[in-house]
Amino acid sequence: MSAVKDFKGKVLFLDRSDINTDEIIPAKYLTEITKEALGPNLLEDLSMDSFDPATDIDGKRVIITRSNFGCGSSREHAPWALEVNGINLVIAENFARIFRQNMYNCGMMAVEMSKDEIDALFSEFSSEDTSLTTDMDKNEFTIKSTSGKSKTLSFNISGFDRTLVDHGGWVGYADKNY
Amino acid sequence: MGKTIAEKIFDAHRVDNPGEGIFVLNLDRVFCHEITTPIAINDLVSRGMDRVFDPDKIKAVIDHVTPAKDSKTAEQGKIMRDWAKRQGIKDFFDIGQNGVCHALFPEKGFVRPGFTVIMGDSHTCTHGAFGAFAAGVGTTDLEVGILKGVCSFKAPESIKINVTGSLKDGVYAKDVILSIIAKLGVNGATNKVIEFCGPVIESFSMEERMTVCNMAIEAGGTCGICPPDKTTVEYLWDFIKDDFSDKSAALADYSKWNSDADASYAEVIEFDISSLEPVATFGYKPDQVKTIRELEKTPVDQVYIGSCTNGRIGDLREAAKVLKGQKVSDSVRAVLSPATPDIYRQALKEGLIEIFMDAGVCLTNPTCGACLGMSNGVLADGEVCASTTNRNFNGRMGKGGTVHLMSPASAAAAAVSGYITNSILYKG
Repeated sequence: MSAVKDFKGKVLFLDRSDINTDEIIPAKYLTEITKEALGPNLLEDLSMDSFDPATDIDGKRVIITRSNFGCGSSREHAPWALEVNGINLVIAENFARIFRQNMYNCGMMAVEMSKDEIDALFSEFSSEDTSLTTDMDKNEFTIKSTSGKSKTLSFNISGFDRTLVDHGGWVGYADKNY
Repeated sequence: MGKTIAEKIFDAHRVDNPGEGIFVLNLDRVFCHEITTPIAINDLVSRGMDRVFDPDKIKAVIDHVTPAKDSKTAEQGKIMRDWAKRQGIKDFFDIGQNGVCHALFPEKGFVRPGFTVIMGDSHTCTHGAFGAFAAGVGTTDLEVGILKGVCSFKAPESIKINVTGSLKDGVYAKDVILSIIAKLGVNGATNKVIEFCGPVIESFSMEERMTVCNMAIEAGGTCGICPPDKTTVEYLWDFIKDDFSDKSAALADYSKWNSDADASYAEVIEFDISSLEPVATFGYKPDQVKTIRELEKTPVDQVYIGSCTNGRIGDLREAAKVLKGQKVSDSVRAVLSPATPDIYRQALKEGLIEIFMDAGVCLTNPTCGACLGMSNGVLADGEVCASTTNRNFNGRMGKGGTVHLMSPASAAAAAVSGYITNSILYKG
């Protein structure tokens, strides 16, 4: 069973919808048989103005993005590429089904928030260095910018998703229960 | 209240209900290929859980990069090969017998109406053509599937698409599904099952139904499902004849999976295809669809005919009709990968291979090939491909490349002309 993860740190804002799994980790890296090998290639082919993976990802621990994040392939290499970079939490309007399930299966969080809430986060925080902390007991995020702006938001997580997060993923849970 | 096909399959396979709206189902099939499975195998080994729930229900193939292109892909193949042997997985398809998973496994008769199927591959939805609930999953779900024979899913809501009308000449199943995706959008069916029905689907062969279901994921769908019918029974008959007294008995049995007349849907869409023209994608999302007429004369550098969407014998026949007596344009390289050895053999028997070679098409062995730029047929920066595959994501077939998705006939026409054009112009 993998360790229970934490969900906090610097935020990477990705201002685009339909970011697909090929953009998160290109197919040519699927020949790797360890998660760690995927690390340097995260978001390498992301098509987004003024995004440079070499500098923009560094030190980030949370992604906030728009809608349909993770569409396309079933490759769990996409969450793994995030995980080995220390990113365990993605906040978006919605996710592709397989990607979302893969996140929770790995004990990571893919949290959906309304379009209005996401819009507000982008307009208030995306132009500054921003950090986020998670209170798993209260189901709340607190987001803070370097200039001192702060906002606390509640989020929903279903009972089963929460179980997977608490167990560090699906393998440990399934082995015990089925 | 009546039930949809997906709801009936969920009812019949339910093992647990570990959260609101979440069901753990037992699995009839766990399919495996060499890209997403080795890492699951390694993890199971490292956890001291090197077991499989049922070696007869697990079917495995090496298809994405075959023959191996480098040491890493050779290692992936070796892990699969050793595991299949160690676990007694008899249906393991290695080089010489291997083909694209979603073409090969149906050909072997591995899927039945009412089955639950998972695979670490998003296009597993193809198998819904047989009236099965078949879904792509990640490696962790695959790992649990291999170990325990179960997988968790949300309760299935279905979108019913009733396809009516008649197809014009030069318009194919691929044009139908691309047009449906354009209508739904790339996340229009997220977390939903798309039930394809109506007279056009009923008139489609199993191959054409697989082409349609294959791309359900491109609208975000968990699965595409076609109601099992006489065509399903005919296709499967050689594999099921010992189970039933005759075909009508098989049909009667399989009909129990059909959606009830009063089943409830998230949405019902009527789609009349009578005025549909040949289409292709533009841009980098599969819902960006225009008519071939609108894209006419868009130059292409490569043509690729193959994949789990359109590498079947019917696809090759349509491509051959266009390529017969023609030459691939000097400005284009054309690559064709029959999806399985049986398809290759059949194409050879029918003289299609000779037509392709005379036209100057490069033939490869059965493999996923150029579709996802992992092995052969990779595009250079700025190059354009007319392709019968299922994804046009940026960089998919090679960094900086652009892919236009279309039918095999349209791709063949692009090979001859060097640009996107209507296949009718080249049909003798």
